[in-house]
Amino acid sequence: MLRDAALSAEAIPGETARDRPRAGAMASRRAGALAPYWQAAPMALVFLLFFVLPLLVTLIVSFWNYTEYSIEPAFTLDNYREVFDGCLADLPGLCTTFKTYLSTLKFCLIVWASTLLIGFTVAYFLAFHVRTMTMQIVLFLLCTIPFWTSNVIRMISWIPLLGRNGLINQALVGTGLAGSPQEWLLYSDFSVVLAFVHLYTLFMVVPIFNSMMRIDRALVEAAYDSGASGWQTLWNVVIPLSKPGIAIGSIFVITIVMGDFVTIGVMGGQQIASIGKIINVQVNYLQFPIAAANAVVLLVLVLLIIWALTRMIDIRKEL
Amino acid sequence: MREARPASFYALALFFGLFVLFLYGPMITILVLSFQGPQGGLTFPLNGLSLHWFGSLWNGIGVIDIGAALRRSLWLGVVVMLLTVVISVMAGLAFRRRFRGAALLFYVAIASLIMPSIVVSLGIALEFRILDDSIKALGDAWEIEAVQRGYTTAMGLFTSGLGAHLSWTLPFGLLIMFAVFNRFDRRYEEAARDLGATPWQSFRHVVLPIVAPSLIGIALFGFTLSWDEVARSSQALGSRNTLPLELRGLTTTVTTPVIYALGTVTTGISMTVIGICLALAMMVQRRRRRQGTDAGRGML
Repeated sequence: MLRDAALSAEAIPGETARDRPRAGAMASRRAGALAPYWQAAPMALVFLLFFVLPLLVTLIVSFWNYTEYSIEPAFTLDNYREVFDGCLADLPGLCTTFKTYLSTLKFCLIVWASTLLIGFTVAYFLAFHVRTMTMQIVLFLLCTIPFWTSNVIRMISWIPLLGRNGLINQALVGTGLAGSPQEWLLYSDFSVVLAFVHLYTLFMVVPIFNSMMRIDRALVEAAYDSGASGWQTLWNVVIPLSKPGIAIGSIFVITIVMGDFVTIGVMGGQQIASIGKIINVQVNYLQFPIAAANAVVLLVLVLLIIWALTRMIDIRKEL
Repeated sequence: MREARPASFYALALFFGLFVLFLYGPMITILVLSFQGPQGGLTFPLNGLSLHWFGSLWNGIGVIDIGAALRRSLWLGVVVMLLTVVISVMAGLAFRRRFRGAALLFYVAIASLIMPSIVVSLGIALEFRILDDSIKALGDAWEIEAVQRGYTTAMGLFTSGLGAHLSWTLPFGLLIMFAVFNRFDRRYEEAARDLGATPWQSFRHVVLPIVAPSLIGIALFGFTLSWDEVARSSQALGSRNTLPLELRGLTTTVTTPVIYALGTVTTGISMTVIGICLALAMMVQRRRRRQGTDAGRGML
């Protein structure tokens, strides 16, 4: 699905003046040429009002002053200075901001690796081992349905399993594997990662599955006929051809984890810091400009990561 | 004739099975635990079986009016669903032709999809704050009494909240429309035009029936994504929260199975919507197979 979209997008930039109807063309045709504009207008308007403008406003306000009650137009770098307060002075020690980013990046890396491994395996099973399309659709839906239910509910549903008196601790103590209930299972880094993987592996499965379904099965058979082992086929045929899906899935997962504050909040027992949470707290204290500065920094970092990811694929393509 | 399954199939099937268990297992545990007896706690074992916690949910949790939040969320979800379908279909139609700014609009949609939600949410909050300040300043400058006295904020469920949700659901709708129209056979439309149909007629009687099942899919995404939305709404709703936001607040304060009961209710509503959508999609497919064309079956 995403690839379809990407392909269509590649086709779009070619539009030029030559596509417009020549002078003297029929009136109905001119009306037809206008059609795409009013058809696309509502969507363009929504994105303008609730996405583009808000981002611009955030950028502008990040340079404003604020008091306890109000935000005031100005041009000051104080907010950014406050975000990175003490970061240079403390080196080689880490200031709060750097520590928080480092912690968020750590979550990113672990969650990315886990969702990629699990998502790839699931997609591979669905695409290459399930033989009928009906079964493929049924199993695919089975994976997708939880995505349509509440994330917060899916987070708290881990409490009866991981809690101090939860099923896992009952089993551990009951079988004598652990002397006392384990505290690190819930409201810890572990439960945060677990919840991320639980919630967002689907974002890997869908694009990778989509890429795999487009792989010409003759290529796989050719590899097999040429004497490649299963692993060799996987490594040299399937994985390279699944790369667009892997990249799209990675972008999804990484951007979600980078900006998260809900999952880290609920599953970390409100004890683990994240950039999203810092922004959230600052908004609650009405420190809008500094929250905006934090948002801009986060945005720049996320864009850098996406840029790096897309570049990685392009370079490989060119080689 | 079927080939025998390779050994890797069984390993992968087991992995897939475990993955599905991982997806559904926890949800099932809270479903079960929400039917605890009055003495029950947050974990197993099950202490009796009752609807006690649903009853106390009905009576409200502390100061929070769950019923009102639920109604707000439902209404918002329905409006988001309808708007997502209409706006996505219109944009989908637009993208079948070339128009200036098409690439830009597409990239903006993708950007909206992957932008950290907290950033968008903060931006919308700021936008409305500045709007409010401007309106108040204007009210003072021109001495409009209604504004000076009565105006508080333009933020609300169906202004900033609706916009925040649409910025999240529309990219999904657009991508689905791309997938649909990439597989769409334009000859049906050309045939309609050759037979003298106006653009509206060919849309209404040819295009729309063909893409209808996908519209159910867009509706499903529109409603469920809005129904569960937390991050984008978090700063952009004003004074009245939706159900998922109330729920998130409750996770830190509530220590009884009443929160599981709430989970069961919300999941129940999600599942009902998913069920209806899937059933509708299947019905349309079946109807099509039954009443579809006999072209190419040798009637002549």
